[in-house]
Amino acid sequence: MLFKMIRGVLFHQKGKMLLIAFTIALGASLATGMLNVMWDVGDKVNQELKTYGANIIVKPKDSSLLSDIYDVGEGEQLSVAYLNEEDLPKLKTIFWAFNIVDFTPFLEADVTLPGGSEAGIVGTWFNHHLSLPTGEELDAGVASMRSWWDITQGAWLDEAEESAASSVMAGTLLAEREGWKVGDEITVTGSAGEKTVTIAGIYDAGGDEDMQLFAPLDLVQELTDREGKVEQIEVSALTTPDNELALRAAKNPSALSSRDYETWYCTAYVSAICYQIQEAIPNASAAAVRQVAESEGTILDKTQLLMILITILSLIGAALGISNLVTASVMERSKEIGLLKAIGARDHSITGVIMIEILVTALAGGVAGYFLGFGFAQLIGHSVFGSAIEMKVKVIPIVAALIALVTLAGSLPAIRMVLRLRPAEVLHGGQ
Amino acid sequence: MNLEASAVEKWFLRGKSGSNRFFAVRKTSLTLESGKVCVLTGRSGSGKTTLMNMMAGLLTPDGGKVILDGQDLYAMPDDALSRLRNRMFGMIPQGADVLPELTVMENITLVQHIYRNRAGSAFSAEAEEGGAGFSSERCEKLLEQMEISHLRDVQAKELSGGERRRMCIARALAGNPKFVFADEPTSDLDDENTRIILSMLRQAADKGCAVMIVSHDAEAEAYADRKWRMDAGQLQDI
Ligand SMILES: Nc1ncnc2c1ncn2[C@@H]1O[C@H](COP(=O)(O)OP(=O)(O)OP(=O)(O)O)[C@@H](O)[C@H]1O
Ligand SMILES: [Mg+2]
Repeated sequence: MLFKMIRGVLFHQKGKMLLIAFTIALGASLATGMLNVMWDVGDKVNQELKTYGANIIVKPKDSSLLSDIYDVGEGEQLSVAYLNEEDLPKLKTIFWAFNIVDFTPFLEADVTLPGGSEAGIVGTWFNHHLSLPTGEELDAGVASMRSWWDITQGAWLDEAEESAASSVMAGTLLAEREGWKVGDEITVTGSAGEKTVTIAGIYDAGGDEDMQLFAPLDLVQELTDREGKVEQIEVSALTTPDNELALRAAKNPSALSSRDYETWYCTAYVSAICYQIQEAIPNASAAAVRQVAESEGTILDKTQLLMILITILSLIGAALGISNLVTASVMERSKEIGLLKAIGARDHSITGVIMIEILVTALAGGVAGYFLGFGFAQLIGHSVFGSAIEMKVKVIPIVAALIALVTLAGSLPAIRMVLRLRPAEVLHGGQ
Repeated sequence: MNLEASAVEKWFLRGKSGSNRFFAVRKTSLTLESGKVCVLTGRSGSGKTTLMNMMAGLLTPDGGKVILDGQDLYAMPDDALSRLRNRMFGMIPQGADVLPELTVMENITLVQHIYRNRAGSAFSAEAEEGGAGFSSERCEKLLEQMEISHLRDVQAKELSGGERRRMCIARALAGNPKFVFADEPTSDLDDENTRIILSMLRQAADKGCAVMIVSHDAEAEAYADRKWRMDAGQLQDI
């Protein structure tokens, strides 16, 4: 009853309470949105990276040495060493096997086309089905690692089909030059033989690949008499952004203390994954695609910092807004508060009503803000990352605590004002 | 039961640097006795309201004491003083302040609701022994006597000046207080209203209340048992 009465005296202004709720909703929505995006963005950026191809390249040890010494481009056939195709499934046996989401081998060659001109042919997996010893089933290959390729005619070559062994895919520029279309049969001649193949699809990759043929790995091995050999492997792995430890380890893992080594080995740093790949595949040299991996880390850090700043600023803004509104309410009602005190109402009855009223308003605003913020997060997710942001449960208590803190901080000046208010000073006369 | 002020004084700081002490009330002693109506007159700014607020437990004096039953009001903790004001004092402030959003009835009964648990308080027994204590019949009767029964469910902000004053009297008397402080309760009112209000205060005194009225109204003096004049912070008997 007393509560209802004091409430009636102090909070007759629905508009002001609505404004407070709105202020809190705004703060809560920004905090929710930013925190959700922040925690999801690490995973998102990694997935992003995956859709943009490999972040680790595995080559034979000697070839990387040679190309380093002679500074030769990849197209030139200087690499004398090969990796073994049969070693590929071992990628899924390393400590971080579950972080290896995709991989595909490459073997390049030049072939002579029917018209007499030459073209590059790349042997690879398209959607190669693997049944791993661990029982895991996996389709690996360029179909997923080059998912952004635009298939202008036909479809991705499907290794499950019987005709796959004598099918190729042609780059759009090459197909145009040669006047090919899907279904055409052409004969290609390699260093060790010739083969008649069907064009299963024409792709637009937006790069050098548009002047090449992509063929099943076996076919290129057969044409060039390099059975079971691959030149390099592209690996797509989910990684943890590098930190100081990862950078030290990348230089020389054996220089780490055993404790650091343990930490490093058991964290999905790209260098740790590379190291483990080298352990698993004989004679292999695995390297991160550096620029991408590093900028990924710094961009992630900066984005998260930005989001934390936005969250903090929006919460400070909300606190200031609340403080203004509540203080104005109390000031406007100072005479009534003075009268309540004069007839014996105690400070804590009055401040209690104010706090409860504001916290209830904050709760309503906060809940509305949470859902609004979740919408925000989805909007950001879809427009920036092209996918939904996962709802992180840990955001709820954090946002609730932040809002409670902001509300309390915002109410503090008004509470102080109530405590300091002396009835004799406000009940001076004059209406 | 007497309320006794002994050598109370109050000063405020004035001047640019706040260095000059301005005495609103100079060392003053007075006693409010049950059953007596005391009327305090004086020029505007002479310190009447300041003195009354000190008596009513609303303004801490800068010197001296206000003693009720041997207890110094301003030595009590805040909560206890609030409770005492609620139980023992009825206050009619100079501005006839009301809680505008509450109805007349709510304004009057609010005093009762501030302390839900009436038992177990040091003052509750005393508050109730003197009369009916707080009851809705008492409120209804007060409304009737103040001639505002028909307004009981009207929001206080809709009242006229006279109705407002009368409501304030009813609020002050509703808790059956031992002391009533009325700061210019009849200013700007017509004779009819003045008569109603003053006779209500007189009745309260006749039932054992100590009443202190600040008034310029000559008519108030007709109801008085004691008369004082305030002159530049100095209290004089007349
Ligand atoms: N809170 C305050 N701060 C500073 N000066 C004050 C304060 N309260 C009162 N005064 C001063 O004390 C003096 C006495 O004020 P008080 O209100 O007691 O006068 P009053 O006799 O009630 O006058 P009136 O008849 O006009 O109501 C005035 O000069 C006033 O300016
Ligand atoms: Mg006055």
